[in-house]
Amino acid sequence: MLAYIVRRFLYAIPILIGVNVLTFALFFMVNTPDQMARVQLGDKHITQQDINNWKAQRGYDKPLFVNSQKDGLEVVTQTIFFDKSVKLLAFDFGKSDEGRSIGGDIQERMWPSLAVQVPTFIIGIAVNIFFALVIVMFRASLFEFSALTFCVMLLSISSVFYILGGQFFFAKMWNLVPISGYLGGADAIRFLILPIIIGVLAGIGAGTRMYRTIFIEEAGKDYIRTARAKGVSELNLLFKHLLPNGMIPVLTGVVVVIPQLFMGSLLMESFFGIPGLGSYTLDAIQAQDFAVVRAMVFLGSVLYIIGLLLTDISYTLVDPRVKLS
Amino acid sequence: MILPVLLWSDLLIYTLIASVGLFLWQLRKNPQAKKRWSGVFSSKVGMASFIVILFYILISLLDSLHFRESLPRLENSSHQEVAYSSDVKSVLDKVLIRLNSRNESTYSAPFSLHSFAKENMTDANGSVYRDYPRLKNGGSHLNDADERAWDVLWRSLLAIIAGMIIAAIPIGLHRYYLARKKEKGLASNNSIPWHVAYICVTLISIIACWMLSLSEFYHILGTDKVGEDVLYQSIKAIRTGVLIGTLATLVTLPLAIILGISAGYFKGWVDDVVQYIYTTLSSIPGILLIAASVLLIDVYIETHSEQFNLTTLRSDFKFLALCGILGLTSWTGLCRMLRAETLKVSQLDYVQAAHAFGVSHRRVIGKHILPNVTHLILIAIVLDFSMFVLAEAVLSYIGVGVDPDMYSWGNMINAARSELSRDPVVWWSVSAAFILMFTLVLAANLFSDEVRNAFDPNTAKGDA
Repeated sequence: MLAYIVRRFLYAIPILIGVNVLTFALFFMVNTPDQMARVQLGDKHITQQDINNWKAQRGYDKPLFVNSQKDGLEVVTQTIFFDKSVKLLAFDFGKSDEGRSIGGDIQERMWPSLAVQVPTFIIGIAVNIFFALVIVMFRASLFEFSALTFCVMLLSISSVFYILGGQFFFAKMWNLVPISGYLGGADAIRFLILPIIIGVLAGIGAGTRMYRTIFIEEAGKDYIRTARAKGVSELNLLFKHLLPNGMIPVLTGVVVVIPQLFMGSLLMESFFGIPGLGSYTLDAIQAQDFAVVRAMVFLGSVLYIIGLLLTDISYTLVDPRVKLS
Repeated sequence: MILPVLLWSDLLIYTLIASVGLFLWQLRKNPQAKKRWSGVFSSKVGMASFIVILFYILISLLDSLHFRESLPRLENSSHQEVAYSSDVKSVLDKVLIRLNSRNESTYSAPFSLHSFAKENMTDANGSVYRDYPRLKNGGSHLNDADERAWDVLWRSLLAIIAGMIIAAIPIGLHRYYLARKKEKGLASNNSIPWHVAYICVTLISIIACWMLSLSEFYHILGTDKVGEDVLYQSIKAIRTGVLIGTLATLVTLPLAIILGISAGYFKGWVDDVVQYIYTTLSSIPGILLIAASVLLIDVYIETHSEQFNLTTLRSDFKFLALCGILGLTSWTGLCRMLRAETLKVSQLDYVQAAHAFGVSHRRVIGKHILPNVTHLILIAIVLDFSMFVLAEAVLSYIGVGVDPDMYSWGNMINAARSELSRDPVVWWSVSAAFILMFTLVLAANLFSDEVRNAFDPNTAKGDA
């Protein structure tokens, strides 16, 4: 088991290097720091001197890969590639183009993101599983048909509309909660309720359909038929037999997204003014702050790889038949 | 005089339609595929959603025939050359000319006779007062505001009748065609619910007639901030939505099919490389990768602005780049499924037998592997389509979507943020975008379900 985990970690290294090289190519080779400076400075009449100053301030004035002016190890370390990309591997995110420490910002902004994402995630799964079970209970009936059609309708609505609609009705028309904003401590609940409700609602269509497919497949298996033949009541069958076994594919399927809850939701946080990592990323995209975008890309891929690893481990935990080797 | 303008996206969409047509023509001979497809169309939902999608595609095709009109020649100019307007129009603009040319000064509600904002006006005595001014075009034929209800009702009735008559023509022709076919003794497939198709065509025709005829006299979906008709905007946005769905899907297909099948078929190092590529790509948060790439495109356009002398050319380039980026970042899901399925299929006896006979790899893949994974590709095409249409709205909202000059549902929603906080609320723009987008995505999702039911071997019914 331990050997397997170590091997999976080693396997993650080439992937992280790949991500790093890809983002480096995107951010520095396709468009050069000169062009970046020109866009950032924005003015039509900028001199080469302005561009050089901008680059020097942010450390973009070094050569890309090989610095021939230095000796020894500094030939490779005093380059943009080492400074901006290799250091990411050690989780040294450096400074944003505005001069703030990205690492510090991430630690600070992680908590509001989690405060929205974790409840949305847990309540969402519970609600989706509940609906999926109800649909499976009444399968091959008019109820199933209409519930499934309703699910398709729900998942055909863009998430932007859920947010706009929620803000409009709950906050503006009925004045139940503030439209947007955030406060620390216990006051946060007032601001978090609406994003969480909307997050759950927006996920119902897709989630219920997916879990229904899993449960239906499970319901066709032999042990269910045996249990029914023994005279187990339909409700017992559903909650005591079907649910625990169906949870295996459900849980292993959602484990991969758990680490990514840190990243927050771009849309939700920007609409509701929650100072989490999602709105941080969005602000960086809109201000064209490439240093922050690069850091978030790297963080996101690390979290995804951790998610994949957790998925593998969770298989062994919930299903003793699976052995990792 | 007009000067045709061929945008790259126009060229691509027409090539795509032509090749899909050719593909379907080829399929006629394949009895199995024919049976599957008739399975899709023999369901009422499948038929209805197909007609809705077809209608959207037709509108976007009309909107993809672009041209520039010649400017009226100046009196004293001696040049023989004709000057063309820098405004690129499409055939659809000509159809909707009445919508396009009747702008107000600012917001106005659907069917409203008055503007949304108060203005200073002078009455007969010369004193200045503030009130909501009458619209220049919305309901300007009415003398009295009380006539509006009757006017709308009367015109709606006429429009509905006209819509029915127009719909009767294609339906009648089709019935005649079916009858002729029956006369000739050709066995026709009775399981296809033509009546559903007829109802859909009639409904669409009625709605289209109603909208077109009423919009000549009113702004039936209101006007936006600069007084442009919202109905016009949302119809123009259809092209953006449909094209982003089809073109981005088109980009994903070759990558996913070639890489997925070769990984599953050749195994070994090919498999390792392909797996490495898709794990790396899918580990990067999709939206960030898209945002980063779009920012780069922006920089490119800004530094090469001399290549894009028309605004339409610039927004078209950005639009195509966006389709490309969306496609390049979302092929990994299908690729993974194709790899797994190919691994399974290439273990089957007849594939092994083909190997033993010395059949070339190309033939084995073409004859044995590809037909066995087609259902995965078909299902992915329709699902991706609706995913991309939804993605466009989110991306435009974030600011990394289509060009702000382009009509799109995302841009309309983006504007709604400030509109919904006004008092009274400006709800019509976002509602129009919602309804049109929802209809298209819902139809695509329902259609994809039918395709899955008919093609997926796990669920396909009556397939010996």
